[in-house]
Amino acid sequence: MAEGTAAARARGRGMDPLREALIFIGDSWTVAFQGAMCVARGRVRAAETIRQMAAIGVDSLPIIIATSVSTGAVLAFYMTGVLTQFGADAFTGGTIALTFLLELGPILAGVMVAARSGAAIAAEIGTMVVTEQVDALRSMAVSPIAYLVAPRLLACVAMMPLCGLVSDFAGIGGSIVMASAHGVPAATFMDSIRMMAAETDLLKGLVKTLWFGLTVAAVACRQGLRTRRGAAGVGHATTSSVVLCVVLIFISDFFLAQLLMGASVASQ
Amino acid sequence: MSGSSDAAIAVNGVSYVVSDRTVLSDITFDVARGEILSLMGRSGSGKTTLLKCIGGLLKPTQGTIAVNGTDIVGMSEARLNRIRLSIGFVFQYAALFDSLTVFDNVAFGLVQNRRASREEIRRIVRERLADVHLEGVEDLYPSELSGGMQKRVGLARALATDPEVLLYDEPTSGLDPVTGRAIDDLIVETRDRLGVTSVVVSHDIEAIMRISDRAAMIEDGRLLTVDTPAGLRRADHPSVREFFEPAIATGVAADQPRVRS
Repeated sequence: MAEGTAAARARGRGMDPLREALIFIGDSWTVAFQGAMCVARGRVRAAETIRQMAAIGVDSLPIIIATSVSTGAVLAFYMTGVLTQFGADAFTGGTIALTFLLELGPILAGVMVAARSGAAIAAEIGTMVVTEQVDALRSMAVSPIAYLVAPRLLACVAMMPLCGLVSDFAGIGGSIVMASAHGVPAATFMDSIRMMAAETDLLKGLVKTLWFGLTVAAVACRQGLRTRRGAAGVGHATTSSVVLCVVLIFISDFFLAQLLMGASVASQ
Repeated sequence: MSGSSDAAIAVNGVSYVVSDRTVLSDITFDVARGEILSLMGRSGSGKTTLLKCIGGLLKPTQGTIAVNGTDIVGMSEARLNRIRLSIGFVFQYAALFDSLTVFDNVAFGLVQNRRASREEIRRIVRERLADVHLEGVEDLYPSELSGGMQKRVGLARALATDPEVLLYDEPTSGLDPVTGRAIDDLIVETRDRLGVTSVVVSHDIEAIMRISDRAAMIEDGRLLTVDTPAGLRRADHPSVREFFEPAIATGVAADQPRVRS
């Protein structure tokens, strides 16, 4: 009887993805909103925020630089070949720069921070939940949102533009070296960037990174706070945090691209 | 049984249902000021859930819980936080903050709630650690302490904000008998010295009979009975008898409840 009920509940849970998705969205927004309210009211620990900024931003830079330089170099390798064939090698620099400023820089930074820091946030908070440290906070009248979420939210949102900026420069730097090796001089490459890209392209990409930072912090904190069932639960929270962050970054990137390009068309 | 105006804790008709599963069903009892009441029952009977409801960490689906005359069910988080400061919670596995030293753990509630000056906090932490017979461990991290020491630090942390009510979740589980008895003695000593009201979740029948003024037996989320250890030993209910039989057989001093004079 009891087993039958448990099985029915399990089937019920499995068969109701819409309900689960709505709960996830509601929870994540609530975590983000409450965290943002704590930040707005100044209820955020400065020392912990700085520690998180170092962990989320500065410590992520090496992998962001490594992936962005590689991606920029590969992109330049393919594009110089194709564009030279059509006599359009003078456009190589501008094309790659626009690709990085508008798309690849923010996306690579977002995915790397989600994989590295999002996982760490979910695992740390999840472990605190299953070892009752979060209950201990609440029992001492300390809000887990103010104590745990607010510093991570502020650090993610503040540091993600820096990560995006570094990704942009690293990617473009890598592509300059590769393009030079394949017959497009650095001066031609730079002239092309000056001709095709503008400061607003950089800003549009950085706006995206702000959203990605908010997404990573809210989802990772939410997954951590909802952790259940011991070590396996922490593992699940960590994995699901990375998967959800990466998927949400790509989906929201699609809408942000439309929104930001729409805004620039309207302003012209 | 409930509704006594001078009760430190009054639990009235409390039920807790989660995912269609009834964890607690219509629980009613009082805890008098300065009393040590044990919640006993098998694993999964709902003892810890009830303790967390009393501590304001879980919200009952039905019923009221009054702490010092104030109903905490349905309270806003901000108001509940003021009540929480008068309740100390000692967790099953101590739940110490593993990234903080012993000093910072014990000082945590005071620092976060800005309840004292820096010098005062230092004095209180030293005193509370001395109360639980721990000295010279302020700079150690929880991972450097034994299980018994961690539980003592957990108790010192709970005592730091001068609570009127102390809630213990299986304070002796996982400890050797000697350390377990030392923790039991500490619970009684703390009550005798500070006059705090204590609710202790345990299924250690010997400890329950040694330290409790009264004990409540919970089975499948229902309250079977609340009585003195001596009264429980004489109870007719088969589940209570089954629970008490090993202790009766070994002749634990059930007829000497530790009620304060």
